[in-house]
Amino acid sequence: MLSRTPVKLVIGLAQLSNAVNLLIFTAAGLTRGKPPLVPFDAARPEGIVSDPLPQALVLTAIVISFGLLAFTLVLFRRAHEELGTQDIDEMTEGGP
Amino acid sequence: MKRLTLIILAACALIMLLAASDLPDWADPASPASSHLSPGFVEQAYEATHTPNVVTAVLADYRGYDTMFETVVVFLAALIIMIILRRTPHRRFCKILPHRPQRQGRDTVLKGAAQLIIPVMQVFALYVLGHGHYSPGGGFQGGVIFGASFILLALCYNLEFTINRFRERIVLLCCAGGALLYAGVGALCLAMGWNFLGYAALAGILGVSEAMARSHGILLVEVGVGITVMAVMVSIYYDLASGGDMREGL
Repeated sequence: MLSRTPVKLVIGLAQLSNAVNLLIFTAAGLTRGKPPLVPFDAARPEGIVSDPLPQALVLTAIVISFGLLAFTLVLFRRAHEELGTQDIDEMTEGGP
Repeated sequence: MKRLTLIILAACALIMLLAASDLPDWADPASPASSHLSPGFVEQAYEATHTPNVVTAVLADYRGYDTMFETVVVFLAALIIMIILRRTPHRRFCKILPHRPQRQGRDTVLKGAAQLIIPVMQVFALYVLGHGHYSPGGGFQGGVIFGASFILLALCYNLEFTINRFRERIVLLCCAGGALLYAGVGALCLAMGWNFLGYAALAGILGVSEAMARSHGILLVEVGVGITVMAVMVSIYYDLASGGDMREGL
């Protein structure tokens, strides 16, 4: 993440977002159960099922991190075209 | 300036750490979310929404707002990528692929394989989208598979061929239309006198029970999500592969 090469930063960002997704997933505790599907002609899942809430949350998080990743990638590409440099430190020169 | 930023950051971190001490323990089975919320979903989801896959019910019904704005975020990502890449091009330093080869004479094997795989892929995508109620699947997954089929077409033929078949204007209309379908279902519920995204309001229109109406409402918004995600994937690929000018590329 702290690398000066944009490509490494993007890879780091992908890993970080996956790590955060895993963190959210484990925050609810892992259960040794079946997927939360209701079988045919039953009103509720049988036996122990895994927690549906973190699954839904992580699905949201995955999609958001995809959007963020695509945005970062395009931003770096555009910055490279405009500034002609691959170094993040040089990109910020003249900025705030 | 840097010092001020550091002070603000440290203050925010301190507030967050103070708040974190009041959170329940890590993976605590007795925490409110694990002892009330999730068992409640598992117990009631089927009776309330007639959706056997509890994850889908939580995603599109109980957490409908969340999923709607997630769709909007994905839509915005595609829009912003287009704006960034298409601003008046003066490519002074463009050294990536200075001469892009024309990909007219693509391999016959690739084209044949694409012709075989793409229809199957698209049918499978629709299956995943429609079967989200009963098994793992849903709008996001189905939309991504559908979008990938167009990307495969662009890879095996060329970008122009794909753009001629799936025009950019239509891609953008799909991007916005999916999100609009989602929001429209919510607004329809509002117009029927229920809460925004309270799908039970559709019972009167569809002529089914309230639980079944929620199931249909979930399907409608999943279709909206699927359309948006599919178009966003295709749009991002078009923009990235051609550098924003839509003329040539992989």
